[in-house]
Amino acid sequence: MRNAVSATRISRCNMVTGTFTKQDIFRILSAIPDPEIPVVSIEEMGMLRDVEITEEGYNILLTPTYTGCPAMGLIEAEIKAVLQQHHVAPAKVTTVLSPAWTTDWMSARAREKLRAYGIAPPLHSSCDTHPFGEGIVHCPRCGSDDTVVLSRFGATACKALYTCNSCREPFEYFKCH
Amino acid sequence: MNNQTPLLTYCLRLGDNALIQSYRLSEWCSNGPILEEDLALTNFALDMTGRADLLLAYAATLEGKGQTSDSLAYRRPEKEYLNCLIHELPDEDFAFTMVRLMLTSAYDMLLYSALEKSPNENLAAIAAKAIKETRYHLAHAAGWVERLGDGTAESNSRTMQALTMLWPFTGEMFETDSAEQQLAADGIIPNITALKEPWMEKAAQVLKSATLEIPALKTWQTGGRTGRHTENLGHILCEMQYLQRAYPDATW
Repeated sequence: MRNAVSATRISRCNMVTGTFTKQDIFRILSAIPDPEIPVVSIEEMGMLRDVEITEEGYNILLTPTYTGCPAMGLIEAEIKAVLQQHHVAPAKVTTVLSPAWTTDWMSARAREKLRAYGIAPPLHSSCDTHPFGEGIVHCPRCGSDDTVVLSRFGATACKALYTCNSCREPFEYFKCH
Repeated sequence: MNNQTPLLTYCLRLGDNALIQSYRLSEWCSNGPILEEDLALTNFALDMTGRADLLLAYAATLEGKGQTSDSLAYRRPEKEYLNCLIHELPDEDFAFTMVRLMLTSAYDMLLYSALEKSPNENLAAIAAKAIKETRYHLAHAAGWVERLGDGTAESNSRTMQALTMLWPFTGEMFETDSAEQQLAADGIIPNITALKEPWMEKAAQVLKSATLEIPALKTWQTGGRTGRHTENLGHILCEMQYLQRAYPDATW
């Protein structure tokens, strides 16, 4: 296997901090999917907050979507693995809680990907006063506005269950948070 | 340094409240009256586990003795738990769960909204996350209390019974001591006494539309905040801590 490593690659991995810019790191990490909704990346979800580059190395700032998110350990391990693969070292992952994650941070592209995947994206962020007064949720399959809530809570903390009266398909809705 | 110990005690109290709430809610897993409620209650339990994890991890940092949120949850004996008694009472029925969740979520809404403004960045950040989840808990529980109270004769009587049993335990949520009063005076935590009136207002509003009468009461149950618990906490810890007691440091 040693032969497979090119000379340029070797010199590159021997180089220390300073080789990668913040943009490089974001690009590398944007390949990591959300473990619950694999069509969107952790970057598109807004979980990847920042990268600090100091003399001590790279510090990836990650924020959980929900306090009880069981995937945080997995995501952290994936980040470390991907960075190692790209010879980004030394690197560590720090969980930050402030500011608290909100569905507002989901990119427009992420929302469209969710819809195409069959999950209705969050309508708005103003759930402060009426957590269940979501307004009209459009069916991600046929686009109909004739939909009804089946269950306010679903298989993950972020979703509610709906059904479409037009195409009769059940679907998930990503609640605003 | 003087603030260290009172703040640690305060964080343990908040963390233990969340942890024991989580335990009781999770007991509904696969026992919900309908599938949708099973999902709702286990979702809430997960939120509370997450909250307990953050608060106890912060408490462990404050203590500085190498503990973790896990070791605090699984290794402390009953008398070191500082949760309010209301959280450890066993669920009598679905009405009991919903009345308790309504009363405690209304409290959490006020507490965490105030704590979100704390100059202590850790507490403020945890509160900011907690408040978003509590909003859903309160809306869900209040809706059920209204439907059950203003429902059939049977559901009304069960909901009233739950309220009668739970009400004496609500006083402890507003207890304070000189150490906490100092923290409040320093602006680190809210003055809990000041939250009693808005809490009562919210509870009264829900109970009124549920056609339930607030029990007239002058004496309150107390003890949990200082480690004096009902027998229920011992039973909870027996089960919750079994694995770590039998196989210390087991991981999977």
